[in-house]
Amino acid sequence: MAKTYSAGVKEYRETYWMPEYTPKETDILACFKITPQDGVPREEVAAAVAAESSTGTWTTVWTDLLTDLDYYKGRAYAIEDVPGDDTCFYAFVAYPIDLFEEGSVVNVLTSLVGNVFGFKALRALRLEDIRFPVAYVMTCNGPPQGIQVERDILNKYGRPLLGCTIKPKLGLSAKNYGRACYEGLRGGLDFTKDDENVNSQPFMRWRHRCDFVMEAIHKAEAETGERKGHYLNVTAPTSDEMMKRAEYAKEIGAPIIMHDYLTGGLSANTQLAQWCQDNGMLLHIHRAMHAVLDRNPHHGIHFRVLTKILRLSGGDHLHSGTVVGKLEGDRDATLGWIDTMRDSYIKEDRSRGLFFDQDWGAMPGVIPVASGGIHVWHMPALVSIFGDDSCLQFGGGTLGHPWGNAAGAAANRVAVEACVEARNSGVELEKEGKDILTKAAKHSPELAIAMETWKEIKFEFDTVDKIDVAHK
Amino acid sequence: MSDVQDYNSSLSDAAQSRKYETFSYLPPLSEESTRAQIQYIVDKGWNPGIEHTEPENAVSNYWYMWKLPMFGETDVDAILGEIENCRKAHPDNHIRLLGFDNFAQSAGTAMVVHRGVSV
Repeated sequence: MAKTYSAGVKEYRETYWMPEYTPKETDILACFKITPQDGVPREEVAAAVAAESSTGTWTTVWTDLLTDLDYYKGRAYAIEDVPGDDTCFYAFVAYPIDLFEEGSVVNVLTSLVGNVFGFKALRALRLEDIRFPVAYVMTCNGPPQGIQVERDILNKYGRPLLGCTIKPKLGLSAKNYGRACYEGLRGGLDFTKDDENVNSQPFMRWRHRCDFVMEAIHKAEAETGERKGHYLNVTAPTSDEMMKRAEYAKEIGAPIIMHDYLTGGLSANTQLAQWCQDNGMLLHIHRAMHAVLDRNPHHGIHFRVLTKILRLSGGDHLHSGTVVGKLEGDRDATLGWIDTMRDSYIKEDRSRGLFFDQDWGAMPGVIPVASGGIHVWHMPALVSIFGDDSCLQFGGGTLGHPWGNAAGAAANRVAVEACVEARNSGVELEKEGKDILTKAAKHSPELAIAMETWKEIKFEFDTVDKIDVAHK
Repeated sequence: MSDVQDYNSSLSDAAQSRKYETFSYLPPLSEESTRAQIQYIVDKGWNPGIEHTEPENAVSNYWYMWKLPMFGETDVDAILGEIENCRKAHPDNHIRLLGFDNFAQSAGTAMVVHRGVSV
């Protein structure tokens, strides 16, 4: 029977709280951590979040009756306590797939983290996880090449890739910058990298950077016989300018370019990723601004969501945190999102912060990049945590070597190969790490002096954003 | 500066400078270590394969296959034996051992187990 129109304000839970609902395989599911204002019932605030992130507004409108809102609405279908924290709770919301444009993470985020985050009935709101149904995944372009294709392009198998961010991050001329790249590459790195804020400043315009860096790559390749790359950062003020730089990088034969997907924007990123796929280019993704969104345990967007968003938008590498270096990152949670980057099917696992099963269908994986305050002494732990399908990036840990970049690169290369050889032989890396490195250093003076230089540096601050566990 | 050691690598000195990916920055694998790496490939469920090339042609994707990949072979001695047969037939060539991962449709690992002389 048709409904009648009655103007006014209804409680959200009358429409949007549906504990009896069983999510469909095609629904997009979201888990929010909600910190409500005092005195607002959980069901009402969960329903409000479902409403405000889908079809609802604060009052009934007559045009609601021109459609089947019961079909289109988001449904808050479950509520759970947050272990160890009474100020907030988890709410699970299911959205029908046709609320979202195909292939548009922009559209998904605009709904799920749009107006609702400023909603007054909430003190704070955090998007903890999203389950993308495989039906939606297959509408997205995803990583331009994926892990296996990257290995085939670069001829690198059975070990983590090695990179280095060139420092100082700002201020070098293009020619000096190319020198720093060349030295690292000839010493045994697979990649050097533009820092995220290297775009096209007066001291080094993008085109000169491309030209000098490409000469560095060519010479290092001829000298070592190995394939090399440099993440040429094409992040730019407009997407037209970004594409211009990408086209030039392709024209001079660069194998890989780089983009900052959050500051550059998701439309630009998706566009660039599709272009990379069409043009056989690899795409390295930096994540500047992520900590603004993901570090507060009560408000924002968890990094595991940003990881899924990037895999759908497209990128072959994504910075993941290191667990052991200078930047934030809990070990179990990090393992959760690096699996989310690489694997084709990831099971729900609350101990790793994974709220849903996630099926990626045929979508290729993304290589996690460990970067930030790491050096040779971290190598056994890094190889153990990240495995082969990873990129380990030592900036200061290469360039700060007392004999220069080439020696610093060689030290890291010897260390990573020694760890892989030992691991393959059944040695426990994190237990025997010191012995493995000490033995390898007998054949490598570069490694020996690196071990001497960084012996005392540790980064042992506790993480701010932890997995929620009962600690009372 | 007397403490700083030069990094010895150049276009002209191929024997010193040319590398060939995984494990080429370590000393040549001992027989014991080669065995361990073969065992690793077998334990992973990968198919062992052997390829070789003249050192001057090492940049190519396609080295010469030694026979066919050894599908289903799990006997470390048999695999070592084929490496040895390849080496006898091509003593000056680089020889690499691969583990083909048919699920990933890619090599799970690849390493040079016999180093020819780069020129």
